[in-house]
Amino acid sequence: MRMLSVIRTPRRLNRSFAVSFLLFVLLGLFGCFMALPLIFTVNNAFKPLDELFIFPPRLFVNNPTMDNFFDLVALMGNSWVPLSRYIANTLLITIVGTAGHILLASAAAYPLAKYRFRGSRSLFAIVVLSLMFSGHVTAIPNYMVMSWIGWINTHASIIVPSLAFPLGLFLMKQFMEQIPDALLEAAKIDGANEYRIYWSIVMPNVKPAWLTLMILQFPMLWGSDGGNFIYSENLKTLHYALGQITAGGIARAGVGAAIALLLMIVPITLFIISQSSVMQTMATSGMKD
Amino acid sequence: MQTEAKLQTNLNPLQAKKESRWSVALKEFKRDKHYYVLLSPFMIIFFLFTVIPVVCSLVLSFFYFNMLEAPRFIGWQNYSRLFLSDDVFMIALKNTLLFALITGPISYIACFLFAWIINELSPKVRAIMTLVFYAPSISGNVYFVWLILFSGDSYGYLNGILMKLGFILEPIQWLTNEKYIMTIVIIVQLWLSLGTSFLAFIAGLQTIDKTLVEAATVDGIRNRWQELWFITLPSMRPQLMFGAVMQITASFAVAEVSINLAGFPSVNYAAHTVVTHLMDYGTIRFEMGYASAIATFLFVLMLGTNKLTQSMLRKVGE
Repeated sequence: MRMLSVIRTPRRLNRSFAVSFLLFVLLGLFGCFMALPLIFTVNNAFKPLDELFIFPPRLFVNNPTMDNFFDLVALMGNSWVPLSRYIANTLLITIVGTAGHILLASAAAYPLAKYRFRGSRSLFAIVVLSLMFSGHVTAIPNYMVMSWIGWINTHASIIVPSLAFPLGLFLMKQFMEQIPDALLEAAKIDGANEYRIYWSIVMPNVKPAWLTLMILQFPMLWGSDGGNFIYSENLKTLHYALGQITAGGIARAGVGAAIALLLMIVPITLFIISQSSVMQTMATSGMKD
Repeated sequence: MQTEAKLQTNLNPLQAKKESRWSVALKEFKRDKHYYVLLSPFMIIFFLFTVIPVVCSLVLSFFYFNMLEAPRFIGWQNYSRLFLSDDVFMIALKNTLLFALITGPISYIACFLFAWIINELSPKVRAIMTLVFYAPSISGNVYFVWLILFSGDSYGYLNGILMKLGFILEPIQWLTNEKYIMTIVIIVQLWLSLGTSFLAFIAGLQTIDKTLVEAATVDGIRNRWQELWFITLPSMRPQLMFGAVMQITASFAVAEVSINLAGFPSVNYAAHTVVTHLMDYGTIRFEMGYASAIATFLFVLMLGTNKLTQSMLRKVGE
């Protein structure tokens, strides 16, 4: 009972010890299932080659080494497109895509959240409706649109569609509804125009929502492999490079593990940093009937 | 003369009314122009890459189109071919429905169950557990890990452990055996599925009014299950709606996991889904009209299920 009170919020109504204990055991078991592959990725990246192929396999590394990372640099230094190029491509797509999305989504969310005007309701209804089907539905016409605009084989083909990701607009709008109208009225009386209100009143107040949009958008772009849009090797992403390396099979197991860790660690770190803000935004995520 | 004047007076109010309606609209538009300006960048891209493509898909599904020749109208032929003579599509549909029926409800309930248990923890432990459960869905490149775990040789971790323990004598080809592949894709999909709705549920649980629980205890609520049904679920209905939309959409869109683990196409189409079928015709065979018919069907399937579930969720706790 005492031990349990360390991990549990003290004194709650309607709680029996036995059921709490069972539920926490369940949580722990599934927690292990969730965490195991991630722990495994981390350990693999530091395993020397002989430990990677030991039988029976071991989860934890015995003699950690950085060899895999050195091999990765050496391998990619020799290839036609250097590793730094893949990293730069991924960074470009992710940073421009995420920042642009936050900017456009919040600009669109502000009038939808705070004012009623011709078309505002139906536009938002369409956005909510579009949450109900996945991007696969639009993949075919999207390809044609891209080829008509001439964006095939450019980074724009990945970045631009991601700017108008409907989930971001939805969450941003729900969060902005919390901003008190009095604040906006006061700014208007002081002579600020709409753009100024958006930029210097609304935006600073929705910082938690920026981080939430970031945590949803970032992993998607970070994990993008260029899809069907990018063909040139020098425009491809880090995730694509990982695919090529792991296709090398057993000989590339160590290098593959190293790059997998690199890819995994960035979004997870971002989430750790932004967790409390994300939770604040998600509390407003509800859908009304 | 008189009649003319009468006509004029009869006409005038009508005209005045019409004009004023237009001028009101124009005036409103002028007054609200800043809002439209703020909305336009997002909406232009959104319409260009989401709304118009859906409409395009719908229209194209009645045409034969291969990107080289001009589209040719063929009526319902794409649909009749899809449902009457495409055996692979039937496998894909069966698999997709199986995925959706299993991963959809399980992941939805798991999202809520774990969020609910985590909510009882102290803030620090809560933050850690949230991370543990949420991390898989944002760690992008995870298929790589499962490929080693389920690798078909004796270096594969699952094979290695089972052989060491003596359950099997020879390694099992997990990812190329029709018997196992669906199960494995479902497990990995579930592992990945505690995403946005999981966060929304945790956040939603935090906002529940604590005095409500106290009041209910006075009114005779005895245990946590009653509290869950009568207080927690009804107060979380907006988040439950949002979570349902997220999970349903994801569970019908299973494709990436299948492609990365089972290959594309998978052995004997064992892990073929509607989405991989769509990719097959859209990006390999370039039968755009037929692929659009598949896309339209997927659209209707996802939207229909979402609407149905929403009307069911309205009944929760009533």
